[in-house]
Amino acid sequence: MKFVKDIHADETLDLVCRMCPMHLLEPGDKLKCMKKGQVLQVLTDYDGALEDIPAWCRKCGEEFIGIEEDEECYKIYIKKTK
Amino acid sequence: MDKVYLDHASATPVRKRVIDAMLPYFGEQFGNPSVVYDMGSKIKLVVEEQRAKVADLIGAKAENIIFTSSGAEANNLAIKGVALGRQKKGNHIIISAIEHHSVLNSARFLERLDFEVTFLQVDQYGIVDPERLRSAITPETVLVSIMHANNEIGTIEPIAELASICREKGVFFHTDAVASVGNVKVDVKELNVDLLSLSGASFGAPKGIGALYFAKNMRLMPLIHGGIQENGRRAGTENVPGIVGLGAAAEFAREEILEKTESVRKLRDLLIAGVRERIDKFKLTGHPVQRLPGHASFCFEAIEGESLVFLLAQAGIYANTGSACASKALKTSPVLTAIGVPPALAQGSVVFTIDKSNYLEEIEYVLEKLPVAVDRLRMLSPIWGKEVPVYQEAACT
Repeated sequence: MKFVKDIHADETLDLVCRMCPMHLLEPGDKLKCMKKGQVLQVLTDYDGALEDIPAWCRKCGEEFIGIEEDEECYKIYIKKTK
Repeated sequence: MDKVYLDHASATPVRKRVIDAMLPYFGEQFGNPSVVYDMGSKIKLVVEEQRAKVADLIGAKAENIIFTSSGAEANNLAIKGVALGRQKKGNHIIISAIEHHSVLNSARFLERLDFEVTFLQVDQYGIVDPERLRSAITPETVLVSIMHANNEIGTIEPIAELASICREKGVFFHTDAVASVGNVKVDVKELNVDLLSLSGASFGAPKGIGALYFAKNMRLMPLIHGGIQENGRRAGTENVPGIVGLGAAAEFAREEILEKTESVRKLRDLLIAGVRERIDKFKLTGHPVQRLPGHASFCFEAIEGESLVFLLAQAGIYANTGSACASKALKTSPVLTAIGVPPALAQGSVVFTIDKSNYLEEIEYVLEKLPVAVDRLRMLSPIWGKEVPVYQEAACT
């Protein structure tokens, strides 16, 4: 698990309260609309996303930057590299 | 006259063209919208087309519509979904005292989870005072829910004004529009609401289908956990025939709304005027002007509404005592109590809800039979004609 702080994100995707596996479906769609090098922040309250999203990034060739935890949810950062 | 149906607030007939639209989805078009092969993906497209039609009816975008099993589920999802999705921000919600049981009981459920609920009082017509709402909002308030139109007394609330106060204060605003969508023009942008519930049974779709409009990026805790139907917000394989019925009915409702509003308003006004001429000692409940166009609700002195409904049904006239859900409970209506109708008078509640399919001769027939039924029950009433102090408090209009 890679924890990070104060990462600048270009876009945010709020998936809090959304059911699994929305955390694996929506980031891909969102990244398609972003430019190479931009950072996507995914907000989720689903614990399974902590393992699923890094694995998804490896599989899809996107860069997993890390996870930040706050009171409400997890913030997961992905850099578009493709 | 064979049958005069004036209980459209309880259920509306499903027209043949809506049934015809649904039929293939009970039969050969049975595929599951979630599967990837063409039998399912075609159905998925059909579901999305219906979503757009429902969105069009209320001036929304298709992506902001969630299909539900009813208006009650939509109300539950709005109240519990927002409250539980935002509970880290606050634990206070506000509803009016005249909400439908699906809102009222959702709020009471949240009280058990340590939410604080404010039940806003209303005036004699059932109207929520915007200033009263403003002063009830606290930093802990996460949601306000005020119905668009009341199903028992027909009053239409000043939703745009109430919602603007909430927007100003950063509080989400939900309106239960089950009684109004399909009966008056409803536009989520004009109303300025964050969430809106509707039910297909109110405007010619089959029972068992409803929808919730929600503004973009809203966190809604699902009520039903499972798969990713409705974008992960409401699990369960879609009720495709019901959704198609809702879409078809929404399309008709949008096309016909202005004409319908005018025609039912005329019949309603004739009914109210005719009752005034022929019957004394009654109260027209709800706002005299700001009310649903097809809605006429009365409390008749010294009779039981249930008995009157029964007598009218014998004459082929179908009306209701108030809420279809509550009419069996033999309990004084909380709505009538909230608008200050004394309990004894509230017992004489009868509601007529008119649709576009009704016509003048039917209203004339009701005006012929209703006074006779009221007289007959009053002759049997032990309190009719006696000085009963509680009745003196009620001004008969």
